[in-house]
Amino acid sequence: MIVRLMGEGQLDVAEEDLSSLNALDAELEAAIESGDETAFRAALHALLDNVRKVGKALPADSLEPSELILPPADAHIDEVRSMLGDEGLIPD
Amino acid sequence: MSVMKRMSMIFKSKANKALDRMEDPRETLDYSYQRQLEMLQKVRRGVADVATSRKRLELQINQLEQQQSKLTDQGKKALQVGREDLAREALTRRSGLESQLGDLRGQYQQLQGEEEKLTLASQRLQAKVDSFRTRKETIKATYTAAEAQTKINEAFSGISEEMGDVGLAIQRAEEKTDTMKARAGAIDELLASGALEDFSGPKDDIQAELDRMGSGPGVDMELERLKAELGQGPAPKELNQGSPTAAPHQQQDTPQQAPWPQNPGGAQ
Repeated sequence: MIVRLMGEGQLDVAEEDLSSLNALDAELEAAIESGDETAFRAALHALLDNVRKVGKALPADSLEPSELILPPADAHIDEVRSMLGDEGLIPD
Repeated sequence: MSVMKRMSMIFKSKANKALDRMEDPRETLDYSYQRQLEMLQKVRRGVADVATSRKRLELQINQLEQQQSKLTDQGKKALQVGREDLAREALTRRSGLESQLGDLRGQYQQLQGEEEKLTLASQRLQAKVDSFRTRKETIKATYTAAEAQTKINEAFSGISEEMGDVGLAIQRAEEKTDTMKARAGAIDELLASGALEDFSGPKDDIQAELDRMGSGPGVDMELERLKAELGQGPAPKELNQGSPTAAPHQQQDTPQQAPWPQNPGGAQ
């Protein structure tokens, strides 16, 4: 599965590695919902690190559509919340 | 729903609306480039901050050095006027400044090293960002070309579909023509065999007229012959007996007269 880390690039993550990512993803979601900046930062970094660890980076000139997208490591909790809103990062 | 899925879904729904705006590699690359520029800006600001701190330290060091030389001078002057106690005080203060200066010089060197490292990082990052920009533009151009190619292919397939439709119409027309030909052939055969009567108008009328015309004189001649046999009328006439319009008139007026050959020019 192709995962894009925004601002970094795309990685190919094997299906069997997704379950571990899902657990971290759930932590991240909980942190966003509770508005806990510290927990959010830790969860996002853990998730991104895990993706970087298990994923295989795609060359910059490959044109694969991403199946999963993750916010950049330095993204602020409010920024991510706005990305997850109906408007997304880019308004219609 | 998870963050990853929600983000992907939002991006994908947007993609459907406007040609994959964020997942369009061009948009993503531009966004990535923007972030790299921001990062570069941060590093540069860091370099500037360190440089400012270093300058400040430099000024402090200069001030302390000036103060140090001033205290040295004061110490000398105090000795010259025989005030050893003052000279001692000046030298004591100077030694205090010495330790401060040592600390500041250490900090200065540390900052200088930091600044050099940051400047180098900034230069490297700048080079990376520049290289990324070039690569990004290349990828964008490739993507645009691929997109154009896709559109061309679509246009071509559209045309071929249309051509297919035309082909189908021709095929249908041909089939219809063949069916009609087969039907016409079958009717001809049926007519020829007599299984079907030919009711086609003009041909029938003409044939009937011709038949009537053909049979007409024969019937008249036979009638005359029978009449002659029975003694009711003249003997059968030849076909070239004269004007057909005059015949009925003569028959009416002279029923018992000599036959036509005896007076061939009578009527003329």
